Amino acid sequence: MATAKFETPALKPYPVIPLVAAGAMAHSKPFVANASIQANIGFPGELAEGWEQRAVAKMGELLDKYRSLRVYMDACVHCGACSDKCHYFLGTGDPKNMPVARQDLMRAVYRRYFTFAGKHFPKLVGAVDMTREVLDEWYAYYHQCSECRRCSVFCPYGIDTAEVTMAAREIMDSVGMGQKYSNEIIGKVHKVGNNLGLPGPALEDTLLGLEEDVKADTGVDVRYPLDVKGAEVLLVTPSADFFAEPHVESLIGYGKVFHAAGISWTLASKASEAGNFGMFIGNYEQLRKIALRIREAALDLGVKRIVVGECGHAWRVAYSFWNTLVGIGAGGKDPFAIELQNQLDHRYKQPMHICELTHDLIQRGALQFDKEKNDHRIITFHDSCNVARASRMGDLPGGQFTIPRDIIRAVANRFHDMAPGSTHEATFCCGGGGGLLTDDLLELRVKGALPRMEALKQVADQHGVNFMATICAICKAQFSKVLPYYGFEMGMVGGVHQLVSTAIRLGDSR
Amino acid sequence: MSALAIGYALLFYAATAMLVVGLALKIRGYWRTPSPLKIPTTPAPTTVTGVALRMTREVVFFESLFKSSKWTWVFGWLFHAALLLVLLRHLRYFQQPVWTPIVFVQFAGTYAGFAMVAGLAGLWARRFLVDRVRYISTPSDHLHLALLLAIGLSGLTMRFVAPTDIVALKAFMLGLMRLDIQPLPADPLLLIHLSLVALLMIVFPISKLLHAPGLFFSPTRHQIDNPRDARHQAAWAAALDR
Repeated sequence: MATAKFETPALKPYPVIPLVAAGAMAHSKPFVANASIQANIGFPGELAEGWEQRAVAKMGELLDKYRSLRVYMDACVHCGACSDKCHYFLGTGDPKNMPVARQDLMRAVYRRYFTFAGKHFPKLVGAVDMTREVLDEWYAYYHQCSECRRCSVFCPYGIDTAEVTMAAREIMDSVGMGQKYSNEIIGKVHKVGNNLGLPGPALEDTLLGLEEDVKADTGVDVRYPLDVKGAEVLLVTPSADFFAEPHVESLIGYGKVFHAAGISWTLASKASEAGNFGMFIGNYEQLRKIALRIREAALDLGVKRIVVGECGHAWRVAYSFWNTLVGIGAGGKDPFAIELQNQLDHRYKQPMHICELTHDLIQRGALQFDKEKNDHRIITFHDSCNVARASRMGDLPGGQFTIPRDIIRAVANRFHDMAPGSTHEATFCCGGGGGLLTDDLLELRVKGALPRMEALKQVADQHGVNFMATICAICKAQFSKVLPYYGFEMGMVGGVHQLVSTAIRLGDSR
Repeated sequence: MSALAIGYALLFYAATAMLVVGLALKIRGYWRTPSPLKIPTTPAPTTVTGVALRMTREVVFFESLFKSSKWTWVFGWLFHAALLLVLLRHLRYFQQPVWTPIVFVQFAGTYAGFAMVAGLAGLWARRFLVDRVRYISTPSDHLHLALLLAIGLSGLTMRFVAPTDIVALKAFMLGLMRLDIQPLPADPLLLIHLSLVALLMIVFPISKLLHAPGLFFSPTRHQIDNPRDARHQAAWAAALDR
C-alpha cells in the first residue's frame, strides 16, 4: 500500500512518555476522497475558489450549533494535563498529536476570525489565517485522532478533542477535502445497507453457511435469520461480523445465546450495519440518515426490541445518539418518536447491548456454560474506547466495565485484567478507531497501538495471557493487523461472545 | 481632586464594565448554544444531583486534573485556593463595616499570598522544564503568569516590605462604589498593583481566563447520562424530524 517503511516502536517494560519529536508524523495523511465519492454524499468534489471563506463560515455555523465546540475553543489554558494522554502521541512523539496541540490547530483559526484578541493581536495569541498550509496540516493531524476521548477524561474542563476533530472533518468535507476511507464507506451504507458493501443475497448465503457450520460443529440447529417479520429482537451488528475473523465467531455466539434463551430474533438486510461513520466525519445529517435505516427496519419488521452487537463506536451512537437522532429509546413525547416507541417493549432497555442481554440471561440463570471449554485461553479484556468513555451498560455508571468482565468470568476460568491506567475509563484506543482503520494510515495505526501493546505484553509475561477479548469490530480488525508487528499472534484477539460461544450449552442436539 | 485619582477611577469603572459586560456576553453565548447530542464523558452521573456533585468535585478539588498530573494539580490547586483567600481578604477594602467572615479570613488571606506566588512559580516552571508543556506554551500563556505573579508580588511587597496608605486606599475604593472620587495615594507600588489588576479584569473575558465559566458549560461534564430514557434534542436538530 501507500505506507512507506517505518519502524515498529520497541515495547518497553514500563511506559515512558516520549520526548517531543516535532514533525515526526507530518507525512501521515489518508487518501483524499475523489469527486464522485464526495458527490455521493453531498459534499463538493474539490477545493474551489473562495474555499477559505466558506471554511470560516462553516466554522461559524458549527460554533452556533455545538456548545461543546464553542466552549472548548475558549476554555483551554494550555495546562498540559492532556499532553501525555493520547496514544498517538505516546506512540509517535509528534507534539501535534498532543490533544492540546491538535485542538490548537483549529483554535488558531478560531481566534483569528472569531475573537477580539486574535483579530487585533494575532501573534500574541497564535492566531493564523485559513490557508492551504493550515488546511493541509488539519488534514494530516485531524486524521491522527481516533475520537477516543481519553483526553477528555483528564482535562480539567472536560475538553473533548473528538468534538474538535469532528468539527474539523466536517469543515474539510464542506469545502471539498474529504477522507476517502470514511466517505466511500458512507456511500456504501446508503447504497447497499452496510459498510462492506455486502448485498442482501450474499448476506443470506453467508448466514446459511453459518447455520451449516454451527450444525456441523455442535449438532444443533442454531438459526441465523434474516428479515423475519414479527421477530422479537432486531439484532444490529457491524457488518464485519458476517465474514471477518475473528468477528464472525461472536456473531455465532449471539445466535447461540438467542437459541439457548429461546428468543426469536432477526437480522435486517436494510440495517445490516451497526457502524455509523457519520459520527467519524462529524456530520449530523449523515449521522441521522444512517441511523434512520435502523428505525425503518425496526418499523418494517415490527420488532419489540433492538439489540446491538459488539461494536464500540456503534454502541456509542446507539446508546447515546439513537434516541436523539431517530427516537430509538424511551421517553419520546413527539409523534415521530412515539410512532416507534409505542411498538417497542419497554420492559427492556432500548436499545440494548448484546452484552447486557447475555448478562441479564446469565443473572436469571437462563444460560448454562461449560467454563472449562475456555481453559486453553488465558484471557484479558480490552475496554473499547467509545464503550468505555461514551456509553454505558446496565443501570449503574461503569456497567460498561463490569458487565463484559462478568460475562467473561461466567464463561471462562482464567482471566487477568491489564494494568490500571490502561483499562476502564483510562483505556487506550486500539489505534484504529474513528475512521482511521485504513491501510493508508498503517504506520499511524501500528504506532498508536503501542500503549495497549505494552499493557498486553505485561500480562502476557506475568500471567501467560494468550487471548485479548474485546467488544468492537474496529478493535478486532485493528489488533488482528497490528499484533504481529509487536510479536504477538494475530489470533490473540477475539470477541466476548466468541468466549460465550465456546462455553455455552445448547441443550440436546436434534 | 487629582488627575491621578480621576484617572484610576475611570480605569476601574472601565475595567469593571468590560469584565461584567464581556463575561455576560460570553456566558450568554455559551448558554444559548445548544448541545445537539448527549456527550457526557462516562462513567457519568445518571441524575441531576449526581451531576451537581461531579461539578462540585471538579470546581472545588480539580478532580480530573488530579487524575491527570499530580504536579500540575498541586501547583494549580494551591494557586487557585490561595487566590480565593486573597480575594476574600481584599473585600475589606470595599466594605465598611467589614463583614465578620472577612475579618476572620484576614490572617489566612495575608499568608495565602505566598502560597499563591509559589503556585504560580510552579506552574510557570513547568512551562520551561517539561518539554511538552514548553512546546504548547504561547507568549500569552507566559504573559498571563507574569501578570498574576506581578500582582501577587507587588501586593506582598506592600504588605511586608513597603507598606502603603491602606486607609486612604480604602477611602478611595469606598468612594468609587458610590461614585464619589476620593484621593488616591501616589505610591508607585500601589499604582502598579492597581493597574495590573485592572488589566487582568480587562483581559478576562477575551482570554483563556474564560476557563472559569467554561467549565460550567462543558457538556462532557454537565450532561446527565440518561440518553435511553429521555429524548434529548436541540431545536435545530428536531426540525429535521418534520
